[in-house]
Amino acid sequence: MFAACADPKSIEGLTWAFCYLTSGKHLDFYWSFLTVLMLLAITAPAALALGFMGATAARSQALPARILGKTYIAMVRGIPDIIFFLFFVIALDQGIEYLKHLAVCPSGAPWPWQGLEFRVCKEAKVPLGSSSAFWHNAYGFALAVVTFAIVFGAFAANVMFGAMQAVPKAQLETAEAYGMSNAQVFRRILVPQMWVYALPGLSNLWMILIKATPLLFLLGVEDIVYYARELGGSKTNSYAYPHRDWRLIYFIGLMIFYLTMTKLSEGVLGRLSARLSQGQATAAGEAMRRAGA
Amino acid sequence: MTCFETIQAYGLRSIGIGEKLLPKTDFTLCQQFTLIGSGMIWNLYFGVLALLAGFFLANALALSKSAHSPWARKPAEWFVFVFRGSPLFIQFFLAYETLVLLPRSGIEIFGITLATSWTTKAWAGALFVMFLNTAAYSAEIFYGALRSIPKGDLEAAEAFGITGWQKFARIQWPTMLRLGWPAYTNEAIFLFHATTLVFFSSFPAFGQMGDALYYANYFADKTFNPFVPYPIIAFYFILLTLLVTFVFGRINRRLNRYVPQNQRSRIRLRVALIR
Repeated sequence: MFAACADPKSIEGLTWAFCYLTSGKHLDFYWSFLTVLMLLAITAPAALALGFMGATAARSQALPARILGKTYIAMVRGIPDIIFFLFFVIALDQGIEYLKHLAVCPSGAPWPWQGLEFRVCKEAKVPLGSSSAFWHNAYGFALAVVTFAIVFGAFAANVMFGAMQAVPKAQLETAEAYGMSNAQVFRRILVPQMWVYALPGLSNLWMILIKATPLLFLLGVEDIVYYARELGGSKTNSYAYPHRDWRLIYFIGLMIFYLTMTKLSEGVLGRLSARLSQGQATAAGEAMRRAGA
Repeated sequence: MTCFETIQAYGLRSIGIGEKLLPKTDFTLCQQFTLIGSGMIWNLYFGVLALLAGFFLANALALSKSAHSPWARKPAEWFVFVFRGSPLFIQFFLAYETLVLLPRSGIEIFGITLATSWTTKAWAGALFVMFLNTAAYSAEIFYGALRSIPKGDLEAAEAFGITGWQKFARIQWPTMLRLGWPAYTNEAIFLFHATTLVFFSSFPAFGQMGDALYYANYFADKTFNPFVPYPIIAFYFILLTLLVTFVFGRINRRLNRYVPQNQRSRIRLRVALIR
């Protein structure tokens, strides 16, 4: 992309390194870091919302909602999550295509599950066979996000259910004694107080979410692991920038990225925890009150 | 083929005994159950050995992490941070790429040639990574338990004149195990779940000898139907989880035998999470 890099074979030393690190493939590699960050930025709120709904449903008065919520929470126990990831992506993909099959395929179209194969008519393919590579990538990424959100939503639901149970009963009963309705107690007393109990579990979950992002690679998204393998593999002289097998260096780079993310998150979550403990009826909150007084 | 013949042919397929070719068409439920179950041998192998070896390293790490001297403390802290702060997935990749770089012909030390090719095989390389990984996670658990030993217990020991090694072996260590055991049980369950990553990350499966997920994935790919093999592997893992809970529960009961009934620590299963 730079004029000096027009002929990579003739340059060497620092210029070579500079040109190598700014080649088109490398720019894609840097973008893929953004993909990972974007996944985190979308999944975290989505999982939080799903978890909140799951936890609320699990402690609801109505039996169907309670069963639904409890099932959702129980879903993640006892089964390795990687199996969920593999299962959900295929199941979601087939489900979406089946629904579209019902809507757009001509009426004589065969049933999609034929023996060993799943095949829908051409119009029902998601995304359409004729659409650009960008849409294929976007669709893969969206499936990954939904899967992550569902799986992590279940974890978050479990944490938040516990946190809701941990809010002292006396607080809720006092609110009721003041004449608040169920919804008011939930909104004004339970929800503001539950966060401090949920935070240790949720911050643990955030750390795990960071560490789960390389699974994107397994889901077929071109993420940092994909590029690290691509770029690091040894390149013969037919490539613009021939080099030996450098995958180890690239993976050390990834390792540093993840460790930095962990370290940064630890700092931020520590501060958040201190902030949320302020004025709470917990040991940490009491310690802060004493220190202030 | 009857189901019994299928079990004979594929029951030990994952370690290379039995029929050479995997089924290609007309997959029966029995074949799926047998092959995925045979793959569980690998999951058990990685999980059990890594846990056993990791337990000892974890104890050493937990002790050095709680030492006063920074020479003992810092390395342990960094070890735990590196292994807990990065994805196991990346650790597998990294280990594999490092091991592949070792010279093929072996390393010569003092005229003796050390073979290196076996380290890139999953049974050794992946086991080593899992061993270090579980040691780091368990060390953090034991370190936390070590710090939450009631002060009164230690003071009582000193009042009886029990000090030094005796104090550690008879008071601190058993109490640490007792306090940390419920969390350690969960760690053991996680570890078994994490064994599914081995053949999924970098270590190749030779001669189609893989773990349970390898075969489940094989069936899902061949039949385009994830609704049979994945629930089967889930079933196996639920069984395994129950077994681990039972064994660790027995140990927990022994660790708690002198504690009053109402103060015993109970094992509560936490959700399984990715490392």
